[in-house]
Amino acid sequence: MDFLFQLPLLGFVFQFFAYLIDAIATTNLAPQTLALATPIALGALCGVMNERSGVVNIGIEGMMLIAAFSGFMAALIVSEAMGPVEPAPIFGATPALVIGVIAAIVSGMTVSLLHAWLSVSVRANQIISGTVINIIAVGLTGYLNRLIKPTGSAGTFDSFDPPDWLVDLPVVGWLFNMFLSAGPITMSVIVFVVILQVLLFRSRWGLRTRAVGEHPRAADTVGINVFALRYRNVIIGGVFAGLAGAWLTLEYNSSFQNNMTANRGFIALAAVIFGRWTPIGAFGGALLFMFSEALGIAIRSNPPPGDLGVFLSGIQATYPSLYNNFFGALPYLLTLIVLAGVVGRSIPPAADGLPYEKERAT
Amino acid sequence: MLRKAWALAVVPLASIVLALLVGSILIIASSVITTGSIDLMLPIVAYESLFEGATGISFLTVDNGSVSFDFAIDGERAARNLTSTIAATSPLILTGLAVGVGFQAGLFNIGGTGQVLIGGFFAALAGAAVADLPVPIAVAVAVVAGGLGGALYGFIPGALKAFTGAHEVVSTIMLNSLAAFVIVGLVNDVFKIVGPSFARTADVGNAALPILFGRNGHLGILVALALVPITWFLLYKTTLGFEIRTTGANPSAARYAGMSPRRLIILTMSLCGLFAGLAGTLEILTLGYYPAVFGTTIGFAGITVALLGRSHPVGILFAALLLGAMRAGAPNMQIQAGVPVEIIDVIQGVILLFLAAEVVVRRLLRIKTAAPGAVAELDTVTKTYGGERAA
Repeated sequence: MDFLFQLPLLGFVFQFFAYLIDAIATTNLAPQTLALATPIALGALCGVMNERSGVVNIGIEGMMLIAAFSGFMAALIVSEAMGPVEPAPIFGATPALVIGVIAAIVSGMTVSLLHAWLSVSVRANQIISGTVINIIAVGLTGYLNRLIKPTGSAGTFDSFDPPDWLVDLPVVGWLFNMFLSAGPITMSVIVFVVILQVLLFRSRWGLRTRAVGEHPRAADTVGINVFALRYRNVIIGGVFAGLAGAWLTLEYNSSFQNNMTANRGFIALAAVIFGRWTPIGAFGGALLFMFSEALGIAIRSNPPPGDLGVFLSGIQATYPSLYNNFFGALPYLLTLIVLAGVVGRSIPPAADGLPYEKERAT
Repeated sequence: MLRKAWALAVVPLASIVLALLVGSILIIASSVITTGSIDLMLPIVAYESLFEGATGISFLTVDNGSVSFDFAIDGERAARNLTSTIAATSPLILTGLAVGVGFQAGLFNIGGTGQVLIGGFFAALAGAAVADLPVPIAVAVAVVAGGLGGALYGFIPGALKAFTGAHEVVSTIMLNSLAAFVIVGLVNDVFKIVGPSFARTADVGNAALPILFGRNGHLGILVALALVPITWFLLYKTTLGFEIRTTGANPSAARYAGMSPRRLIILTMSLCGLFAGLAGTLEILTLGYYPAVFGTTIGFAGITVALLGRSHPVGILFAALLLGAMRAGAPNMQIQAGVPVEIIDVIQGVILLFLAAEVVVRRLLRIKTAAPGAVAELDTVTKTYGGERAA
C-alpha cells in the first residue's frame, strides 16, 4: 500500500485523509468544528423558524450583531458593578455572563419583533425589511461602540472538560470530545436542534407552522391565526439569533468589534437552504461549512506530515498571506459551491416571503 | 409629470425628515453618555455642522454653549466642501445604479462591496502596468479594466442564479467575503511594492484620474454623471431595458413573451457589476494605489441609494447626492459637535426603515397621493428567494 502514498496528487489525497483521521482523533478538530458551527446553526434555526412559517429573514446577520453588542455591554456593565466574582464550577459562568446572554436574547427578540411587525403587519417587502435590519445593526453598533468605547471585558464562558477516559474511548471517543468539550451555548445548539426537529414534525405547533408556511389561506380557513403564529415564530427565531450573538462576544471572543459577525448570518441562510428547511439538515450544513475553517486552523497549527506537509509549508513560506487568507475564505467558498450545487433541488415553503392578507377584494 | 415625480418622491422625503428626527433623539442620548447632561441643542448643532461640512454654508455660531443664529458663507470653503460632496457623490451614484438596475430586473445585488473591491483592484493593477503611457490612454485602460473586473464579478452570481438557481442574496455576500480575503492575500504576497510603510500596490501614475476643478474634482465625476442619463435611456428607451423591466415585474410574462430570463439575469448582473466596478475604479484611481486593507462602504451604501431613489436613475442621482453630502460633512460634524460619524449610517438605516414601512408613513402623515408601482420588482426578488429556477 505504501506506494500509493508516493504517487503525486493521489498520494496527496491519501495523505490528506490519513491526516484527517489522525487530526480528528488527536487534535481538537471536532470540537472546534462544532464551536465554529454554533452561530451558523443558531442563525439557521432562526431562519427555519421564520421561513417555515412563511417569513423570509435575511436580517439574521444584523440581529446577531445587535445581540452580540448588547450582550457584551450588559455583561461588561454588570461585571464592573459587581467587581471580581468567583466563577461557577461549571462553564466558568458568572452572573455577568448569564445576564449578558439574557440581554443578547432579549435584544434578538426585540429586533425580530421589528421584523415581524414589518413583514406581517405592515406587509412590507421582507427582503427589504431584513436589509434594513442589517444596515441599522451595522450603523447602530458602530455608533454606540465609538461613543462608549468599552474597555475591559466580562470574560467568556469556559468549555466543559469531559473526563479523559470518555474522550480516549476507541472509535467513538472523538464524538464525546466533540459534543462535550464545548461551551454552554455550543452545547445548547444540539439540544435546540433535536427539540425543534421533533416539534416541527411531530407536534401540533409544528403542523400549524408548516401549514402557515405552505398555504396560509387554508390554514386560516381551519381557524389558525396566521398573524399570531408568524409573530410568535419570528420572535422565537430572535432567541436563536440572540444566542448566536452571545456566542460571538461571551463565549468565543471576549470583546466586541465592528462587523464581527462577518457574514455568518448569510452562511446560516445557505445552511437553511442546504438543510431543506429542517433543523437537523441546517445543523449539518453549518457543520459542513465550518469544518473547512476548523480544518484550516488545525492544518496551520499542526501541519500534516509527509509530502503534503512539505508541499503546504512550501506554499506557506512563499505566500504566507495568501495561505492564511485562503483558509479564511474557505467557508465562504464552500458555501457558495454547495449553494450552487444544492439549491435547485431544494424546495422552499410555498408561501415563503409572501405577506398574508386576511381578506381579499375578489 | 411633476405630479408623478412628487408622488414618487413624497414618501422618501418624509422618510428623510423622520429619520433625521430619530437621529436627533440618538444624538441627545449620546450627549448623556459623553457629557452626563442632556443637551437638547446638540442635534441642531450637529446637523448644522454636517451641513456646513457638506456645503460650506454655516448658519449657527456656538459660543460657550450658547447657540446663536448667524448666516455665513465662506466662498473658498464653500467651493472646497461642495467639491468634496460631489466627489463623494459620484461613486455612490455608480453603486446606487449597481443595485437599482438589479432591482429593475427583480434582482437584489448585495454584492456591490465585492464588485467594488475587484473593480478597484483590477484598475490598480492595470493602472500600474500602464503608469507611464500618456494620460488619456492610461486612464482609459485602467477604467476599462476596473469596469470589466466588476462586470466579471457580477457575471458569476448572475450565471449561478441563471443556471443553478442559487439566490443572489446569499451568493453575492459570499463573493464579497471571498474578494476581500483573496485580494488581501494577493496584495500582501504578490503585488506589494517595496518602500511604503504599509502593504500596497504600485502607483497608478498617469492612470490617476485628472483633476478638473478644485482640490478633488476629478474626471470620474463626469463619468458617473454621464451614466445617469445613459442608464435612463437604456432602461426606458431600448428593447433591452424593456426586457429587463418586464423580467423584473413578471418573470413568467417575460418568458411567455419570448424573452430569455436566463440571459437577462446574467446580463443584468454583469451590468450591475460593471457599475460597481467603476465605483471602485474611481476610488482607487483617486487614491493612486490599492492598499491591502481597503475598507469601503460605498458598495453597501448603494443599497440605500437605490431604495431611496426608487431604482430610478434620476432618483438615484438625488439619493446619492444626499448620502454623498452626509459622508462629506460627517467628519466636520464629529470635530465640531463631537457626534461620531457613524450616526450617518444609523440615519441611513432609519430612512430605509421608514421607506419599508411606507404604508405606515402614509397613514401617519396623511399622504393621499397614489402609491407608485415600484414594488413589483422587489416582490420578484422575494419570490425567487430559496431557488426558483429561471427556465
